[in-house]
Amino acid sequence: MANESLGFIFLNALLINNFVLAMFLGICPFLGVSAKKDTALNMGIATTFVMFVSSMCAYALNWVLVTLGIEFLRLISYIVVIASAVQLVEMIIKKYSPALFRALGIYLPLITTNCAVLGIAVFQTAKSYDLAQSAVYSVGAGAGFTLALMLMAGLREKLALAEVPSVARGAGMTLMLAGLLSLAFMGFAGLGGGGD
Amino acid sequence: MSLVNKEEPLTLDTFVRGVWRENPVFVTLLGMCPTLAVTNSATNAISMGLATVFVLLCSNVLVSMLRKVIPKQVRIAAYIVLIASFVTVVDYAIQAISLEVYEALGAFIQLIVVNCIILGRAEAYASRQTVLNTVVNSVGTGVGFTLALLCLGVVREVLGAGTLFGMRVMPDQFQPWVLMLLPAGGFFVLAGWLLLFDWLNQRRERRALEAQGVTVHGQ
Amino acid sequence: MSAEAPVQAPVHAVPFLPMIRTLGLVSLICGFAVTLAYQWTKPFVEENQRITTERAVRAVLPQAAVQKAFVLGADGVAPATGDSPAEDTVFVGYDDAGRIVGIAARGAARGYADLVHLMYAYDPACQCINAVRVTKMNETPGLGDTVLKDPDFKRNFEALDARVNAEGTALANRIVTVKHGTKREAWQIDAISGSTVTSKAMGRALDQSAQRLVPRMQRHLAELARGGR
Repeated sequence: MANESLGFIFLNALLINNFVLAMFLGICPFLGVSAKKDTALNMGIATTFVMFVSSMCAYALNWVLVTLGIEFLRLISYIVVIASAVQLVEMIIKKYSPALFRALGIYLPLITTNCAVLGIAVFQTAKSYDLAQSAVYSVGAGAGFTLALMLMAGLREKLALAEVPSVARGAGMTLMLAGLLSLAFMGFAGLGGGGD
Repeated sequence: MSLVNKEEPLTLDTFVRGVWRENPVFVTLLGMCPTLAVTNSATNAISMGLATVFVLLCSNVLVSMLRKVIPKQVRIAAYIVLIASFVTVVDYAIQAISLEVYEALGAFIQLIVVNCIILGRAEAYASRQTVLNTVVNSVGTGVGFTLALLCLGVVREVLGAGTLFGMRVMPDQFQPWVLMLLPAGGFFVLAGWLLLFDWLNQRRERRALEAQGVTVHGQ
Repeated sequence: MSAEAPVQAPVHAVPFLPMIRTLGLVSLICGFAVTLAYQWTKPFVEENQRITTERAVRAVLPQAAVQKAFVLGADGVAPATGDSPAEDTVFVGYDDAGRIVGIAARGAARGYADLVHLMYAYDPACQCINAVRVTKMNETPGLGDTVLKDPDFKRNFEALDARVNAEGTALANRIVTVKHGTKREAWQIDAISGSTVTSKAMGRALDQSAQRLVPRMQRHLAELARGGR
């Protein structure tokens, strides 16, 4: 089942089935953090890091769960692992870059409830990816998330200076832009020959 | 050690608040991921709504029952574990009830765990209020969420497939707007509803201000 | 327990024992709920899956009165059990007289969004695949899902050549999806223009599964046919 090449997995997560624009994961931070390019980039990088760490832990955890035959505890253990990974990343960022820590503010602990992070763990299990594939998948998905965030931030920064009807300002406009981006990304269908 | 402070009395507002004034999707913009993802048909929308109501209710009731016992420092971890357990329960329940619905909702059943609405309600309400209040508020919020999902689901299904709950409602000559079933359609329809509500809100505010004799210029 | 006075607990003294006790209590409740749900729903879930598979087999083998599941391993035939590997399980259909009418098997390959799962029926009499049914797919509505409805596309699967090569190790010709309008041979599938990715996925799903299972089906045909008695 999991005979996809690493390059394809990365491309798939980044463009073809972009986590935000095609699979609707990570929408809350997408709407919340995409007002400025810098914050968007920082959030994207932090999330990618958390995704990678969670993906690796989830892989190891899944192996343990399957060996012990207690798969029904999978969801609970995944979410605990993710919460811990976020705490870990928070501590690392606080130590090495207090400015970044302040810039991200409340959004950092919110990565725990970012569907994209749990989504990685759930999908890689469902697709039976091995270790290398999971690693590439999580990095690709994180990159895709960052890409979507940056695109949206760029658009919103430009539009902040334009005349937008007041009803649309805020979430309404962001969602319409997201719809257009999503349509555009559909053009990547079939990239990489459809896998295999 | 507990977070018990002003416990409010139980009123109709406790319920209605979650449906209208503090509707989780349209007002507080939480729980966006399932709102966009599983609303490509009305049946999926209702199934997801009901599953979320179940998890919301059960986990918040337990949070409320244990609110005086859970230490502040570990409360988020405890809430998350409770929510994850009930999501697992719902996951198995849906599998047992209908495999079609299960496969239609896919991974988003498990993603109910990270639906900010549930954790938000637990932290903001259930951890401070009595069990009865929590039940009413959770059901209200859940109903609000389900209604929001239905708003999207119905529009997307009727325009995108010409059916409602699987039954054909549009005339045969109607060419379905397949866009509605695509991810982009989800974004557009949600944007449409938000625009509508924002516009209604603004109109109401303007009227209220004009009634007080304040003229509002431009926007 | 301390009173509910709004006095903050001293910053350094995070009470260890109550914390452990609470977390223990929470874990107990959760573990209990989850285990209970799992055990209670397991028979229903298995039944649902069995019904779904049976329905899919009946869709590709409509003339079969009876279905029996077997595992076609590399070395031989065995009746299928609950733990049998899914990719080696085949469903043999027998008519009222116990004669073999066809063998159904599953295939899956990656389409645009996710895997496309299908069930196909192999007819030993014509050595071809004569029915295909998509059991699960998540393809783009209006584009990828036209494979379900397009009558010309469906005609591809009425007699898809699946002859085994002389050595009996694989198919004589790979089942392959070709560009719309260029189908020349019986083992080719004419793609739907506009749904190339999904059409190709179906072709690959059939090829991968058939290359693996059809030679084994031919090799053990007598045994499978006997299973009807």
